[in-house]
Amino acid sequence: MLGEKLKNIKVKRHLRFMEVCGTHTVNICRFGLRNLFPEEVELRSGPGCPVCVTPASAIKIGIDLALKNDKFVITTYGDMMKVPGPNGTLADAKAKGGKVFSVYSITEALSLAEKNEDLKVIFLAVGFETTAPASAWAIKEAKLKNIKNFFLLSFHKLVPPAMELLASEGTLDGFLCPGHVSTIIGTEVYKNIARKYKIPCVISGFEAEDIIFAMIKLIEMAENEAYDVFNAYKRAVKKEGNKVAQGLLNEVFEEVDSEWRGIGVIPKSGLDIKEEYADFDAKIAFNIEKEDIPENPACKCGEVLKGYIYPYECPLFGKSCIPEHPIGPCMISSEGSCAAYYRYGGRLKDD
Amino acid sequence: MIKLAHGSGGEKTRELIEKLFLPAFKNPILEKLEDSGRLNGIAITIDGYTVKPIFFRGGDIGKLSITGTVNDLAVCGARPKAIAVSIIVEDGFPTEKLEKIVSSMAKISREVNAPIVTGDFKVVSKGEIDEIFIITSGIGEIFYPSLGADRVSAGDRIIVSGPIGDHSLAIMGERYEVELPQGFESDCAPILKLVEAITQVGGIKWMRDPTRGGLAAALNELAKAINKEILIYEDSVPFRKEVLNFCEIFGFDPYHLASEGRFIAVVDKEKSEKILSELTKFPEGKNAAIIGEVREKSKGRVIVKTKFGGLRLLDPPTGELLPRIC
Amino acid sequence: MCLAVPHKVVEINGKEAITELGGIKKKTRLDLLEDVKVGDFVLVHAGFAIEKLNPEEAREILDAWREIEEHQS
Ligand code: SF4
Ligand code: SF4
Repeated sequence: MLGEKLKNIKVKRHLRFMEVCGTHTVNICRFGLRNLFPEEVELRSGPGCPVCVTPASAIKIGIDLALKNDKFVITTYGDMMKVPGPNGTLADAKAKGGKVFSVYSITEALSLAEKNEDLKVIFLAVGFETTAPASAWAIKEAKLKNIKNFFLLSFHKLVPPAMELLASEGTLDGFLCPGHVSTIIGTEVYKNIARKYKIPCVISGFEAEDIIFAMIKLIEMAENEAYDVFNAYKRAVKKEGNKVAQGLLNEVFEEVDSEWRGIGVIPKSGLDIKEEYADFDAKIAFNIEKEDIPENPACKCGEVLKGYIYPYECPLFGKSCIPEHPIGPCMISSEGSCAAYYRYGGRLKDD
Repeated sequence: MIKLAHGSGGEKTRELIEKLFLPAFKNPILEKLEDSGRLNGIAITIDGYTVKPIFFRGGDIGKLSITGTVNDLAVCGARPKAIAVSIIVEDGFPTEKLEKIVSSMAKISREVNAPIVTGDFKVVSKGEIDEIFIITSGIGEIFYPSLGADRVSAGDRIIVSGPIGDHSLAIMGERYEVELPQGFESDCAPILKLVEAITQVGGIKWMRDPTRGGLAAALNELAKAINKEILIYEDSVPFRKEVLNFCEIFGFDPYHLASEGRFIAVVDKEKSEKILSELTKFPEGKNAAIIGEVREKSKGRVIVKTKFGGLRLLDPPTGELLPRIC
Repeated sequence: MCLAVPHKVVEINGKEAITELGGIKKKTRLDLLEDVKVGDFVLVHAGFAIEKLNPEEAREILDAWREIEEHQS
């Protein structure tokens, strides 16, 4: 079996890998794959959750807008509703009478704007390269259809700059690269990172077999010092990625320095709306100023997101910080590292 | 401040009950926190219905309001004897709709032999409520008194009477504009017949209908009450494939979805197979299954053994069900 | 990090499709892809098809695995 194969690989030295993507974190926990790794191999969780890395100020901006004017409607993905910021969550703002709606797709927000000309519909957009093209599409569509009451509040982020930052610290021996981000950006980006920082990259799917296979490949590449990218998710990821989606991103967005919650500002890691589409930019339309919001100093999310520590090494983990009462963002999103470890974590022993 | 989550049947609801209602209304019957209050051979229950949309596949708010009340009595081992209803509608609500709803109520009430013996009807200004609210109360005669969380012990088996979550899917399918297969319906239906049949076998210790908050809410509540661990075998839980696929697409947890015509029973291990075979004799019980067991561990929590042999903590739902992108 | 589920395309109207996953049919936007046909499998994220799945590569894990076996023996 593939699993035993992985377990029995002889590894010459300690290897520290990182799974960048939150869905990998969850599935590795869920499938119990950690038990299958050779002892010398450790896999740390990375910053791969758009919800976890969205700064607290974004939540505050959304809440303040929702409560400021009853013609303002905040729409966002369901994941964002319960993330605490300095003045509560978006769900709290809804309870206070603010118009806040969670949607499955940005198309719902756009049609809400189209049908209610008296409202200003603001979409609080989070997500990586996988999610951002839909936002770009919505802005173009709004322009095309002359929908003047639709605005995007972009907190979109890009994965490769964060990977570069982590790779540059020199503590990692390999990346398990995010499968669905890769469908958009393709494989070549990782090649540059692999070469520049001498770190092997394997793009993985999400089934148990996908991940096991990718891990076998990653160990093999690390042992052979193969500083390259291997695509183990060919059924969905093409070398060149999704050209249409890339085109949309380039047309509507520009790369800007961006703040990652718990990590700090990473150069050229965020997407802001280009001037050409400024009419749809909520940051401009509503004069939004950036605000620095200090995090709870006891929360170790930054160290978790960078893979310095495992979630259970945070002193609050499972004590004052649990999914029902999250202290930090990693405990909220169901793919957040702390939440995944808490729900599925090694702490559950079937004795 | 009261939030939507406080009414979702999840952790926040429990918090509010424990901090506000229990201390205020303090009495030994309420403190048991069962679906009905039980006293001197009778059981009494009440529930408010605000479902959206009011007409859904396999039912409407009228059917739901009577079914929910008689089911709350049934899981407390009581046969419904009489029902009281209060209907509140918004100004401008179409008469035809009201007629349809009322006739669904009448049908179920006849079916379970529980006449609607008193009622109240109000109209409020447009916008004060959303279309229609129905509040239903029922009174029943207890025919199986030996139920209660305090009777549950390690080794007992957990049985569900059928697939879980169909009702939520019928409701949420509309909200998320999905097209369900021909014939897919809410499970909304009275469970009295099934409950009566298995009580003949005996060995039943606790029952609950997994409505709001689904299996996760009901099982966590039990685990906390008995301060023991509940282990669920994921492979055995009879979710329909439509429910699982819907959850996968939108990022919901199927354990959080509601049923309105199913129940969970905690039963003596020795009797579990016999009870299961009783259930499977009914068409609505043909997918009944033993899904888990109570374990002697001093931790009130629910653990799911996954298909891959891993273990996962099943946490109670924390509020509204929200779609996810990750 | 990004929930994306394979769906089968059952109907196309311009850039909007009806896609299906095991009995659940829903609307999916096709704006991020070119030449999608009825019968194709697509990965859907937040209501948008983000990539077509390549059926020839679907068995890649098994094939690649066989390759490793052969390589080592
Ligand atoms: S919310 Fe989930 S999918 Fe999104 S980044 Fe966090 S862990 Fe990943
Ligand atoms: S356990 Fe809680 S406080 Fe600690 S790092 Fe995780 S989210 Fe932050």
